[in-house]
Amino acid sequence: MSMRVELDVPKCVASGQCVMAAPDVFDQRDDDGVAILLEEHPGDELLDEVREAVAICPAAAIRLVDQ
Amino acid sequence: MSDALSCPVTGATEPLPEYPLPRAAGCPLAPAPTAQALRAGKPITKVKIWNGSTPWLITRHADQRALLPDSRVSDDDLNPGFPYVNAHRAEIAPVTPRLITNTDAPEHTRLRRTVNGPFVVKRIEKMRAPIQKIVDDLIDEMLAGPNPTDLLKAFALPVPSLVIAELLGVPYDDHDFFQRSSSLVLDGSAAPEDARRASGELVAYLDNLIRQKTATPGKDVLSEMAGRVQAGEMTHAEAVSMGVAMLIAGHETTATMISLGTLALLQHPDQLALLRETDDPKVIANAVDEVLRYLTIVQTGVRRVAKDDIEIGDVVIRKGDGMIFDLHAANWDPEVFPEAERLDLTRPARIHQAFGYGPHQCLGQNLARLELQVVYGTLYRRIPTLRLDAAIEDLEFDHTGTTYGVHGMPVAW
Ligand code: HEM
Ligand code: SF4
Repeated sequence: MSMRVELDVPKCVASGQCVMAAPDVFDQRDDDGVAILLEEHPGDELLDEVREAVAICPAAAIRLVDQ
Repeated sequence: MSDALSCPVTGATEPLPEYPLPRAAGCPLAPAPTAQALRAGKPITKVKIWNGSTPWLITRHADQRALLPDSRVSDDDLNPGFPYVNAHRAEIAPVTPRLITNTDAPEHTRLRRTVNGPFVVKRIEKMRAPIQKIVDDLIDEMLAGPNPTDLLKAFALPVPSLVIAELLGVPYDDHDFFQRSSSLVLDGSAAPEDARRASGELVAYLDNLIRQKTATPGKDVLSEMAGRVQAGEMTHAEAVSMGVAMLIAGHETTATMISLGTLALLQHPDQLALLRETDDPKVIANAVDEVLRYLTIVQTGVRRVAKDDIEIGDVVIRKGDGMIFDLHAANWDPEVFPEAERLDLTRPARIHQAFGYGPHQCLGQNLARLELQVVYGTLYRRIPTLRLDAAIEDLEFDHTGTTYGVHGMPVAW
């Protein structure tokens, strides 16, 4: 069982909060700051950071799903 | 009785409370007691504002998080029912150009992506060294100058103005002019005609500077916007208003977080000591978020209007109903922040809503955080004996502006 990160790009308002919380999982496009998912299946050690990103994303654009 | 632990959390919730709600006497840093009482008893309820209309007031953290990102919740102040902050804002709404501050998705998303580049986390982080230099130089000047002094004028106002000058790409030789004019525009005690003249000069200055950057671009925000103007992505007038907006939105807010943040920390010597004794960037970053949460300086509430009926809890917000989100009440919500009235620099504070929530969450938040991290991490170490040189009762607070603040903060060391 692993966890998968879903990023809803059209919803993203490019706030960069996910990059601040989980820099190994998210990055931002240079020109407009829209989020990029670096790691769709982050390791367990990164899950707390991803959960924080989910919690603080102002656009509610990130989901962590069990699969 | 300035310690928030003994501040009232109850107030009259009948008849319809008038918003904005007053703070309690002797509790300058705590939210309005009625806002706290409403959060506990009537978390989504009607209030009365200046024009007699009765928008909903939303005070719980969870309800704000549910509603602010909802596409039925509109920031477009041309929609009937919009709960304007004051008569002036109501008057200018029809003649204000469409900006990120008054549009909804998809237009808001498009506009915001055109101005967001400079605020990308990695680019902001590159400003750490220049900001450290600005802060160090200002502290040198303050230590060489008169003691006591006004922390606001000597330090808190110049920091954000010099940082925004750096961000926009204002040449060094113009920094004095830029700093003097932008402080005059924001100084509540300046003569209105002086403030108006300074504001006109700033607009003319930015207008001209953007033209210069079109000819000889650098790596700054104005050059980037000049490029977008040339590419037809935004108009010259939009670029000028965006430059002015960044200056206005980022100056007083950050200055207040420096002055009132220092005041709050001076009142909590044990917490100030934590900050003075650490050089762990994570500890300093969390301290900044906790002070942001505790003070929540945007005091007029975030304003929105419903574009459709919205059911939430046992309430139905009807299409055309105004909504006001009281950020301070949400940031003191005990469901999310136990013992919220305690300033605790070690609590997990990151989920606060001092920068708002939803698509309009503060564009400059990453820059503001960085400035405050440098300031809080430097000022109290460089001047360990810093103290308030007045009784807190004698400070004059600004209860009417969008941002809470203090008119002058005498300090000595
Ligand atoms: C500690 C300092 C600051 C605080 C507390 C603060 C607070 C806020 C809040 C609460 C909002 C949301 C308004 C809403 O939802 O209607 C906002 C929006 C905004 N802020 Fe800040 N701000 C700060 C610093 C800055 C800085 C440094 C800049 C720019 C350099 C800035 C630029 C903006 C802009 C342009 C918006 C509008 C965003 C939009 O509507 O999409 N702010 N700010
Ligand atoms: S936190 Fe959310 S809105 Fe901000 S960049 Fe990441 S995905 Fe986009």
